Order: sequence, then C-alpha cells, then structure tokens
Amino acid sequence: MEAVGLDVLTWMVDFLSGLFVDPFFAVARRPDKLVQILIQGVSAGVMYSLIALGFVLIFKASGVFNFAQGIMVVFAGLSVVVLIEAGVPAILAIAGAVVVMIVMAFAIERLVLRPLVNQDGIILFMATIGLAFFLEGFGQIIFGADPKPVPVDALMIPDGKIKVLGGLLGKPVRIYELDLTAAGFGALMVAAIIVFLNRTKIGRALRAVADDNQAALSVGIPLRTIWVLVWSLAGIVAIFAGVMWGAQSQAGFSLAVLALKALPVLILGGFTSVPGAIIGGTIIGVGEKLGEFYWRGVMGDGVEQWLGYVIALIVLLVRPQGLFGEKIIERI
Amino acid sequence: MTFKRSALGLIAAAAIVAPTIGAAQAAQDGIYIPLLTYRTGPFADSGTPIANGLNDYFQLLNTRDGGINGVKLIVEECETGYKTDVGVECYERTKTKGAVVYNPYSTGITNAIIPKTPDDKIPVLSMGYGLTPAADGRVFPWVFNMPTTYWSQASVFVKYVAQQEGGFDKLKGKKIGLIHLDHPYGKEPIPTLQKLAGMYGFEFVTYPVPPKTMQDQRSTWEKIDDDAPDWLFMWGWGAMNPTAIKGAIDVDYPMDHFIGVWWSGNESDVRDSGKKAEGYLAGEFHGVGDDWPLFDEIRKYVIGKSPSQTPESMLGETLYNRGIMNAVIVAEAIRTAMGKFGNKVINGEEMRWGLENINLTAARLKELGLEGFTIPIRVSCEDHEGNHPVYLKRWDGSKWVKHSDWISPMRNVVRPLIEAEAKKLAEERHLPIRECK
Repeated sequence: MEAVGLDVLTWMVDFLSGLFVDPFFAVARRPDKLVQILIQGVSAGVMYSLIALGFVLIFKASGVFNFAQGIMVVFAGLSVVVLIEAGVPAILAIAGAVVVMIVMAFAIERLVLRPLVNQDGIILFMATIGLAFFLEGFGQIIFGADPKPVPVDALMIPDGKIKVLGGLLGKPVRIYELDLTAAGFGALMVAAIIVFLNRTKIGRALRAVADDNQAALSVGIPLRTIWVLVWSLAGIVAIFAGVMWGAQSQAGFSLAVLALKALPVLILGGFTSVPGAIIGGTIIGVGEKLGEFYWRGVMGDGVEQWLGYVIALIVLLVRPQGLFGEKIIERI
Repeated sequence: MTFKRSALGLIAAAAIVAPTIGAAQAAQDGIYIPLLTYRTGPFADSGTPIANGLNDYFQLLNTRDGGINGVKLIVEECETGYKTDVGVECYERTKTKGAVVYNPYSTGITNAIIPKTPDDKIPVLSMGYGLTPAADGRVFPWVFNMPTTYWSQASVFVKYVAQQEGGFDKLKGKKIGLIHLDHPYGKEPIPTLQKLAGMYGFEFVTYPVPPKTMQDQRSTWEKIDDDAPDWLFMWGWGAMNPTAIKGAIDVDYPMDHFIGVWWSGNESDVRDSGKKAEGYLAGEFHGVGDDWPLFDEIRKYVIGKSPSQTPESMLGETLYNRGIMNAVIVAEAIRTAMGKFGNKVINGEEMRWGLENINLTAARLKELGLEGFTIPIRVSCEDHEGNHPVYLKRWDGSKWVKHSDWISPMRNVVRPLIEAEAKKLAEERHLPIRECK
C-alpha cells in the first residue's frame, strides 16, 4: 500500500516537474527555440484568425454560425489556383475569385437564407451544414479532388526565410516570409473590416440586422442586400485565408478540416468581435505551440490538438461570451 | 393511389434487385475485380494515379487481348475516400458479385477486412502495405503482401543507413527518427525499428502527424529540429508528404538523410518543392518512368479511350506505375490459376491458389514488355511476402533517379518478428495454423 502511494507521489512530482520546471531547463538549453516557437505561435494565430474572421462577419450580420466557412476557404483558394493554372494573370485570378465568391453569396442568399428568414439560429446553422456538404461535392466536380500547389511565384508571395538573432541566442531564429506576408495582409484586412463596420452606413446597418432582423427590416434596412454583402465579404476574407493556408502546404479539400481550428479562437475571442478573432487567434496559436513543444515530455505528442479547446473551455467557464464578445441577455 | 403505390413499390424492388442480377450476370460473363479506390478527399492525390494504373492495365488486357485467355475482366471501382468504414461498406457491397481479389490500398481497410476473408473465401492482395504479420501464410492463407512489407522496408532503411555510416557498429549512439501518419499504416514500422534500435544501439524517436492536421506540421518540424535526429524516415501519405518535405526544407534538415517509405515517393510529393527537395530519398520496388514497351501499348490501346481517365502525362509516374505493377500481379495470378483450373471464370479460392503459386520471372516480365521493371516475384505457402529486395531512389530536383542497388531486407530479424506476431494474432483471434509442405 505504501509502495503504491510512493509510486503515485513520484509520478505526481515527475508530472508537475514536467509541466512547470522542465520547460525552463529547455528554454535555458535552447533560448532560440522559445523565440522560434513564440513566432510560430503568433503566425499560426494569424492563420487561425483569418478563418475566424469569416465566421465572425457572418455571425455578426445574421446570427448564423456558418459551418460552411471552412469549405468556402477551400473554394476561394482553389478558384485562385485554378485560374492561374489556366493562364490567367494573378491579379485577374484574384479578381475572378472575388467574382466567384460574390456569385456564391448571391446564390446562398437566394437559395438558402431567404427561405429561412426569421427562423431560429439552429435552423440556419443546420442549413449551413448542408451547404458545406454541397459545396464540398460541387467543388470536387469543378476543381477536381487533387490538392493543388499554390503558385506563390505568380502571386508574388515571398516564400523564403530570414535568419535573425543568431549571435544573441546561439542559434538563429527563422522568420518565414510567408508568415510575414500573412501577418501584414491580415492586419490590413482587419483594419479595413473594423473601419467598414464602425464608420460606414452599411456597416451600421449590418450590425442592426445582427441585433434583430425583423426590426431592421421595419426601419427600411434591406436585409437581403446586407446578407449578400456580408457573405461576399466573408468570401473575400476566405480568398486570402485559402491562398495563405494553401501556400504552406497545398490547396485542397483537406484544408476545410483546419477551419475547425477557428472554433476555440471564436469561443475565446467572442463570436461577434473582429479584434477578438485576432487576439483569440494569437492566444490559441501561441498557447498550443508552446504546449506542444514544451509539454511533450509529460503529455506526449499531439498537445496542440486539444490545448486550444481547453483554453477556450476555461474562458467559457469564466466569461461565457468570450473575451470580447457581447453579453447576450435573453428574457425567458 | 393503389396503382401509384404499387408502381413505386415495383420501381423500388427493381432498383434493389437489378444490381444483384447485374452482378450475377457480371460474374458469369467475366472475372470480376472490384477496386477500392479513392479519387476524392485528402488522399486523392495519391489514390488517383494508382486507380488509373490498375484500371489501364486491365483495360489493355480486355482491349488488346480480349481479357486473359479469352475470359474478360470486369473491373468496378468503389470510392472509399481512404476511409476505413466506407472501404468496408465497399467490400460488403461488392463481395457478392463474384469478386476474386481485393486491393484495398489502405492499411486501415486491409486490417478491417482480413478477418472476413476466410469465410468469404476471397484473397486480399495488399501489395507493399497492410498488416505485416499477414506475410505468414500459415496463419493468414488469404492475405498476400508481396513483394515486400513495411517491416522489411524498415530493415532496408536501417541497412542503408549502416552502409552510409560505415557499418552496423557505427549505428550505436545515433538517433533515427520516424515522422509518420498517426494511423494504423503510419505505425506499422515501429515494432521493427524498435527491435533494430535495441539490436544496434541507436535511439529511435517517433513524430506522429494526426491526419486531420497533416497540412499544419510546423510544431512537428520544430521538434525534429530540436532533437536533430541523424537520419529521418517518413511513413506519410496524401497531403502529409509534400507538407513534410516543405517542413524539412524550412528547418534545413539534410535531405539526403531523409528517407520516405515507398508511399512517400510520388512526384506530387516533391514536385512543388522542386530543387529545394533535391537529395530526398524514397524506397521503391519497381521502375519509375515510361521507358518500357508496355507503356507504348497502353498509349496505343488505352489512353484517351473510355473508360480510362489517365492523362498521358501521368504515364510513368511513381504511383501510376505502382498501379500497373499491382494489376500485373493480379493478372499473372489469374493466369497461374487458369493453368491449374482451366480457362474459365475463376473464383476466389482458385485466385488464392494463383497468388500463392505465382512465378513472375525475368523472362515473363520481358514478355509483358516490362523487362527490368521490377525484380522477379515468387511467394510460397508460408511466406506471402517473398522477402524481395528494395532500392532507394533520389529526387534530383526535377525527377526521380535510381540511387542505390537493390538491398535485401534483414530476413533474420524481420521473419522471426513476423512469425511471432502472426502466432500471437492466431492465439488472440483463434485462427487455425495450416501446415505448409
């Protein structure tokens, strides 16, 4: 009995030491790795945020959790790639993808959303699940099922790496130009969206629709136009997310699964906050990369698969609306 | 109303019964070969060329020769998406149509249907994949994994590393890593590599990549960079492969110390990285390229003609050629079976005999227009793998080139492991062990 107690105690000490002490030794051994992991976490966070932004935009305007956002990212990215493969110049390919996403927004409004005006959120959510399945099948018919390399040269996306801080940290830290591009464009996009939502008449109308679409209709806000607009906007964000995610690996239908990475980001940042998507993405990105690297000794591989959800769960317990989400009070 | 209902009922009944009638007809008209393929989903990039290679060779035999010894081949694809549950559904749906052999192209699906084979009496040919202990034909008479298995290949990789390091004694203290898909397939070589690590004193580290996030491997590569293994093996598939190769380039891992399994050596895995992936190595057991007379025949009789879906540019690609080789083994096993049972529509049991008695000699390969394409293949009652050698190929920045000689697996290590594991499985699953004379 005593031996068993001792074993448990030893295990506890090892476990806690692995969680809270060993990482410091690892940092002392390779300080460059800490900086590398932090940079990697931030860049992963930016990528998660790009997907989360699409969710936030649609949720803000229509109260719909768009399950099809992931496949929209794939659709948008593949549109660019396929057009470039067909010999269309990159800038026109992006313009073409914008047109594709706007047409898709019109079709979704007409065929999916309009018949469901004023239905419960859960009904609209279910409709987007159906939409995701449809788009996946339809996309494979149009684009083919094969993943496709993103032509970074044609798109003038730098994909080299810069090595810095080698003298200071013993070994150099790698900064990928792809990540810098994603961060730069991501920041621009967020700034533009914030200005659009807060400083324009359409942006304010969009928020009114989100609050109560019946009331918004009664004061003359064109609900259908707003929906088309916001789905188009989410589609344009998806183009950027699809191209950047695809550039890291390949543009293909398996990217749609990565969209689920945006879920803890949304829970953490709040479903209605654009800055929340960015900050939530950064916290989740950095947290899971640090956990994966420094806790693998005690938790094994795959920490990043679940740590984001644990962080989000803890936040949910304390702030159910997320860090930046609007507190919803409903009369029951 | 009654008439309408009756009519609907008749249509529904016809819809249910018609495929069965068609299948029965199919089995009478020719030899039915179902193909569990995946042209959709995240693994389509790998699955499509294999499916094309398999289909094209059978189409060639039907078009040019009228089938095999006058008996037509009826080929039907069932899309699995590389999903085990869907693959099992495909198996169940097609087995009643007179299927003579299954080529699942997924270790998960292979492992799931193996227990069904003795009852259904349909052999499984998992060519270079699947359950390695199934190479023990005494325990698994219905499963064939010729020409070689994952365990044999892992031993070839270690043998190659030892050659490069200056002998097996130089492996002591070295670190060998394995980046693998976190899936039954990806985990297959682990027991062998653990055993070899114990024997030769090298450290063995694994880096699992979950299938759902296989396109986001940054963390994995940071760990590899931190651990700095002297050599790195890869058991990847689909979109995992090009992502891993990009990951290796990102962390400046030496490409000539990075060796992929034969499923991680397709053109699409490295083409995107191009020159940056120069030096990357992969195991192989057949030729790459289209410099064989058989490919001229395929161009003449198959390409551009329905039902072939192959673009001409795909001829000679690694996984297309693998599909061709797989189809050649199936066709030669059918011929072997016909030699004993007559030129007729054979059944699964006869096909099993054909597979076990196949003798694909160098002379026969030449007759087929594939001289030197692969090594002669022969298996036996107790050895369904055949312990054939493997060579390494090297990506030169634009194409694969042969890098090493054919290297024989370490049979003295692998075979006892196979037999021990097969015996264990036999006990667990209450499988009879047949005697091989």
